[in-house]
Amino acid sequence: MSVVADREAAPGGLWSRMSLGQKHVIWAWGFLAVPLIFYAVIRFWPTFQAFYLSATDWSITRPASFVGLENYRRLVADPLFWQVFRNTFMYLILGTPISLLISFVVAYYLDRVRFMHSFIRALYFLPFLTTAAAMAWVWRWFYQPVPIGVINDILSSFGIPQQPFLRSTSQALPAVLAPAVWAGLGFQIIIFLAGLRAIPVTYYEAARIDGLSEGAILRRITLPLLKPTLVFLVVFSSIGFLRIFDQVYNINTNDPGGPLNSTKPLVLMIYQTAFSSYEMGYAAAQTVVLFLILLVISLVQLRLMRDR
Amino acid sequence: MRFHHLFASVALGFATLAASGAKAVEIEYWQYVFDTRVKAMNQLIAKFQEANPDIKVKQTTFPYADYQTKVAAAILAGQGPDVVQLFYGWTDNFIAGKMIRPLRAEAFPAADIERDFFPIVSAMKRGNDYYGLPTAVRSLALFYNKKAFKDAGLDPDNPPKTLDELVAAAEKTTKRDGSGNIVSAGLTLDMAGQDHHWWREVLVRQFGGAPYTDNDTKVTYNDEAGLKALTFYTDLQKKHKVGQVGFMDEGQAAFRAGLAAMTIDGTFRLGSFNTIKGFEWGVTELPANDQGVRSNYASYFANAITMKAEGEKLAAAEKFLAYVSSPEAMKIWMEVVGELPARRTAALTPENVAHPVYGPFLKGLEYAHTTLFKDEAAQRQAAMDMVNRVLIGGEDPKASLAKAAEDEQAIIDRAMR
Repeated sequence: MSVVADREAAPGGLWSRMSLGQKHVIWAWGFLAVPLIFYAVIRFWPTFQAFYLSATDWSITRPASFVGLENYRRLVADPLFWQVFRNTFMYLILGTPISLLISFVVAYYLDRVRFMHSFIRALYFLPFLTTAAAMAWVWRWFYQPVPIGVINDILSSFGIPQQPFLRSTSQALPAVLAPAVWAGLGFQIIIFLAGLRAIPVTYYEAARIDGLSEGAILRRITLPLLKPTLVFLVVFSSIGFLRIFDQVYNINTNDPGGPLNSTKPLVLMIYQTAFSSYEMGYAAAQTVVLFLILLVISLVQLRLMRDR
Repeated sequence: MRFHHLFASVALGFATLAASGAKAVEIEYWQYVFDTRVKAMNQLIAKFQEANPDIKVKQTTFPYADYQTKVAAAILAGQGPDVVQLFYGWTDNFIAGKMIRPLRAEAFPAADIERDFFPIVSAMKRGNDYYGLPTAVRSLALFYNKKAFKDAGLDPDNPPKTLDELVAAAEKTTKRDGSGNIVSAGLTLDMAGQDHHWWREVLVRQFGGAPYTDNDTKVTYNDEAGLKALTFYTDLQKKHKVGQVGFMDEGQAAFRAGLAAMTIDGTFRLGSFNTIKGFEWGVTELPANDQGVRSNYASYFANAITMKAEGEKLAAAEKFLAYVSSPEAMKIWMEVVGELPARRTAALTPENVAHPVYGPFLKGLEYAHTTLFKDEAAQRQAAMDMVNRVLIGGEDPKASLAKAAEDEQAIIDRAMR
């Protein structure tokens, strides 16, 4: 018995001298350490390693050697990078406003619909649940020329000449973007609806008593009070469009990002550099650039839309 | 008493474990998932183990998309396969990464290999060493829809033999709607499929050029012959309007659906086309040019021994590689997978040569070329972009050809660095 007691007393020396508050802190940190260490090892460590890799010429099969800023120099001189850069921003510049506008309009009117409200909401949300790959394959066939493609069938039945869509350097990017916007609508509508519901009804009642028009109510009450929701959605969807990949890759699997790189976003270029050409160092340099773009855009947006 | 029993059985257990551990060598074989290939390899392994009870072979498979990355990562980590399947075009990469070892000349004499196998096996040779051997090889041929030929008033037993006849047959079999849109193509145009091989190794040569020199490290198609070959290809859509890139998404899909009278594809497509119920199809050699010059593109997956295999595992791996490259294995592979035997004697049997489907592919092997790709995906992309610039961008073929040659040379130079 005495042996057991001794053993308990020995480490208990330091522990028993601590206050209850200190013990709480130690316990709290003990539990917090698990996710923190996990996050550091799985997330932050590889991120830092990517920065290091971007300064090497590692290619999976060959050992890495330090090349300094060579990868970045090559990137700046690569016309493909600048095209991909433009494409990525086209996805952002077209995708974010269009999807937000549509989803706001839908949410604004859906908010007033009582008849089958939940059913309609569910219908809008459905595409969000669909796998991007499956969706892209279906849309790929929508865009086909006449005997197969639904859209061209409709166009030609109205006497409009058929459009090349994915087989055109100017139409391909919007054609790829359309299903991506459509797929994201459900989520944005739900968030907008929640934001609209959070605005106190009393504001609207007061405004109506004062005789404000519907347009004025929208501009003076709804939109300003919806700002937090808007900021969240703008940032969220911007990041989404900046790192668009699966829709682009799957809608044109034989020539991903084609034709002639007209739909290739930065993430796809990274993927191809890394896992098709195995130029890991060069791919890491591209990811660093993507990281910086995402960082800057998010910071700028947060600053612009911050409550003053 | 009970204790004694227990002790005895445990001791016996250890003894058998130790004995079997010392006796059976287990080696690992890796290939990508493709139903018939896995099935064929399982049969080969069963037969091999029957003949070599002291060797066990474990087969591991995973999807093609991750294949190369996973093999590289595993071998470099000191794990993974002892015998590995690789596309011939990856050989340089695998050697540079010290992933595969040269075959020992005592076990696989070069003279025997060169006597018995089709010449395209030389793509596995570096210096005096062979780095792997194929079980089966693939070549290209022209598939044609016999029903479409009959409907267009062509003889379904007399498919086109020359490029001129090909264009003529394509023109007759193309169907268009009132506004001139193609509703059924004469010939599929699918640069992302096999057409880039057809252009590179067949058309360029038939118009008097050569796609590359110096072991395929110097691009040489930017000349008169290359321009003629490119113009011939793009004219199929622009001038003759017998096909359209992107029609039905893929050439093979259009042919399968009965919406293309002809398509150029490889032996690996046989399994898929064999399930076509709607019409009868035939196969013929790739058309010759006016002077009767023919060419073909052949490729293969080879099996190689990795750096991981040492000692008795190396000996077992050599035995296994010898078996999967034997005439018997090739026969099984052909029956199950439908790919052509890599040994001349196993392939060129009178029965095979006269075979209506295998015959044209086998004839193609005799004069086939094998491009030594440095970065296959990127080089294919260069060829696709070349055609797209002309067909979509309206660019002058000459300028597009020059750009493609420049791009591809840059890809090769970078990969060789």
